[in-house]
Amino acid sequence: MKRRDFLRWIAVSGGLTFFPALARAAAYDRLLILVELKGGNDGLNTVVPYADDAYYRLRPRLAVRRDEVLQLDGRSGLHGALQPLMPLWQAGELAVIQGLGYPNPNLSHFRSIEIWDTAAKSTEYLQTGWLARAFAAHPPPAAFAADGVLVGGTELGPLAGGARAIALTNPEQFQRQARLAQPMGDGRNAALAHLRKVETDVAQAAARLSQVSPHPLRTEFPRGEFGNAVRTASRVLAGGAGVAALRLTLNGFDTHQNQPGQHANLLRQLGEGLAALKSALVELQRWDGTLILTYAEFGRRPQENQSNGTDHGTANAHFALGGRVRGGLYGAPPALDRLDGNGNLPFAVDFRSLYATVLERWWGVAAAPVLGVRYDVLPLLKA
Amino acid sequence: MHRLLSILLILCAPLAQAAVLGAADAGHLLNRAGFGATPQEIAGYSRLSRADAVDRLLAGAVIEARTPLPPAADEYLRPARLRKLSEEEKKEMLRRQFEIGADLRGWWLEEMLATPSPLTERMTLFWHNHFVSSQQKVKSARLMAQQNRLLRRHALGNFGTLLHDVAKDPAMLVYLDSATSRQGQSNENFAREVMELFTLGEGRYTEQDVKEAARAFTGWSIEPETGAFKWRPFAHDRGEKTVLGRTGKFDGDAILDILLEQPATAEFVVDKLWKEFVSPQPDRTEVRRIAQRFRDSGYEIKAALRELFLSEAFWAAENRAALLKSPVDLVVGTLRRFEFETGDPLPFVFVMRQLGQDLFAPPNVKGWPGGEAWIDSSTLLARKQFLERLFRGQELKARIDGSRPGARAERVALRGSKRLGEEGRERMMRALEAVRFDDGAWFARVERLRLTPQLVMLPGEPAAPQGAAGGIEQLRQLALDPMYQLR
Repeated sequence: MKRRDFLRWIAVSGGLTFFPALARAAAYDRLLILVELKGGNDGLNTVVPYADDAYYRLRPRLAVRRDEVLQLDGRSGLHGALQPLMPLWQAGELAVIQGLGYPNPNLSHFRSIEIWDTAAKSTEYLQTGWLARAFAAHPPPAAFAADGVLVGGTELGPLAGGARAIALTNPEQFQRQARLAQPMGDGRNAALAHLRKVETDVAQAAARLSQVSPHPLRTEFPRGEFGNAVRTASRVLAGGAGVAALRLTLNGFDTHQNQPGQHANLLRQLGEGLAALKSALVELQRWDGTLILTYAEFGRRPQENQSNGTDHGTANAHFALGGRVRGGLYGAPPALDRLDGNGNLPFAVDFRSLYATVLERWWGVAAAPVLGVRYDVLPLLKA
Repeated sequence: MHRLLSILLILCAPLAQAAVLGAADAGHLLNRAGFGATPQEIAGYSRLSRADAVDRLLAGAVIEARTPLPPAADEYLRPARLRKLSEEEKKEMLRRQFEIGADLRGWWLEEMLATPSPLTERMTLFWHNHFVSSQQKVKSARLMAQQNRLLRRHALGNFGTLLHDVAKDPAMLVYLDSATSRQGQSNENFAREVMELFTLGEGRYTEQDVKEAARAFTGWSIEPETGAFKWRPFAHDRGEKTVLGRTGKFDGDAILDILLEQPATAEFVVDKLWKEFVSPQPDRTEVRRIAQRFRDSGYEIKAALRELFLSEAFWAAENRAALLKSPVDLVVGTLRRFEFETGDPLPFVFVMRQLGQDLFAPPNVKGWPGGEAWIDSSTLLARKQFLERLFRGQELKARIDGSRPGARAERVALRGSKRLGEEGRERMMRALEAVRFDDGAWFARVERLRLTPQLVMLPGEPAAPQGAAGGIEQLRQLALDPMYQLR
């Protein structure tokens, strides 16, 4: 029995309480994939409260028509462009979490994504990402190519501040650039030691990402930027390089004007991309060992604006997908009758509960030391 | 015999003080106090004593930029007016604002390259990162430019005056919400940050102090039509306030004076200066000593800097090469050191952003965290790529030349610039074509001044073994050495 299997066996057989020290080894054979919907996705037109009259009153031009909604239950439905996600919903592998947010929400892209990335309170400025803190407390195996890989977008976000994180636009370009890294020098001082560490991370990732010839995938990836990102992520995994977390970015959700066409196009890319990602993970036999989460800096204001678009909002709906996800609706439908002074939604679930769920239920590590405070976990994972 | 030796040592001590710096020490001082010292500057300072060199640096401070501000950066647009525009007009307006913002950043980069006093620009940047405001929120190039002018005017002047002026600076009033703070509905944003980040430091005041001080700052606002400072007496809370144990009918200026009286303020500022100029780990005793001098001088910034630059720690072997270069250090420093010919600075604006230091837009009110946070796998590779391109003799424009195979991926290197549109792209091409380095002349100068490329470029021995290459290949190797990231 391998050590990790042994630990799992102990956990399942109830031995956990007797071996608290052993139980802390994080299960990084389980992969986390974060998908950032950059710019602030319009959650209300993504998971549509189609039975709520207030929704249609606030959005005379922008509302998704009732007969165009893909119904999830008697009051919530997906935007029609998310059709590729419906097979996952029917298979019980898609969880929809409504009302994710935090107290005293900030409406600046900059600051609000920083709050999400660092898991900070809105009055607190932290310099490390929540994943970086988790990996500092529970390091992924040294043999991994990296702790985290970012595909598209070079800001390290949740991985900033100490994690072994690599940003890839495409693997070949990274290999070319990585030749400039020189893991040389001595620990003459802390600054030089830090440089050497980062150069070593880059060189190690480059070596391991190129080591194994890519497993040929039969999955067909959609065209476009997000499709390419999904393809790159799948190739990294197919190559066999170990990694604990991936972050993909889909840009363009800051839909202040002429939202309908753009938003439908973005959601189509998202739906097709996620469906392709599932297909590739199934091929690689990693679907049961992967948890995919979407996130964004904020949702958008319920009341449409004068430019056929929406302005910055607060609480938002997000998705969790994977072979071990317990499909269904979580959180609370948008309380359109309880908008704040800016006309924005109150939140129902603190986003850090979602992070606590990842830390405790997915990787099996204590969440409170990483998040600073204890948050309730969400029951969205199967045992 | 023994006694004779001690007498000799005593006699020699003043001589050691007056000894000339030599090239390595001159480079150390100039690269810490400024950015990218040229061979001529190093040679010039190498013949001075420590005290003379420091005094010359401080005496060289200027209070105004010599580069003329782009005229568009002086237009003021009342934010509310934007709402009245049509779709198309609004789109064009936002594109234009983006362009003006980029030009404003380019203006500062140009000034950093052209200034006779790099120390002045380093200190202006230091205060920009201390009294943070960001165009992301202020949304007016003019107000940001005005604040920059204020920071430069007092960059090596008096900290107390600077604090009082910055607190009434329109960009600051917008950035920390003072402009909309009024009696009965006081906004605590400025009151909190003035204590936590500008003067005392965290934990040296209570929440009650913040609340009371916020009331005192009410009434400082701006005139929306012009963006100028405006005192609104009816918005001001005239009641009694108790702040840090003192009670009175304080206004904003009175609160700032109370903050300046606290010894913690001088220590907090000197601690930050230490991290900028000496090492990442301030020496508590020394910080207290220098802070005392700083207070005794009535907060003269030059007095604090003089003490810092003449401290033993500044010159200590263990503190050499102990600081990581910021993107400004790297980009401006490299262009200065080799006297690159540059035209339009636009490309470097986007390089800076990619490296994580978008001037006029620090990430949040705490500013750029700096130090090790500058370097992660993305920014490190971007730094190396920038340096490699400069020294490979390859034209920078290859990056954005869409006709070249494989150029698409490389274009990502200057992402963000596409918001400038087709015209902006052409401008970028022209700008990149204008970048030139006369390596022959540079090597000749280094030789004539009896310096070596390594001495001019690195703060110590290279970390990686150097090949036997000469010419521009040698510069490329030195620039890619990890030591080139340090100062």
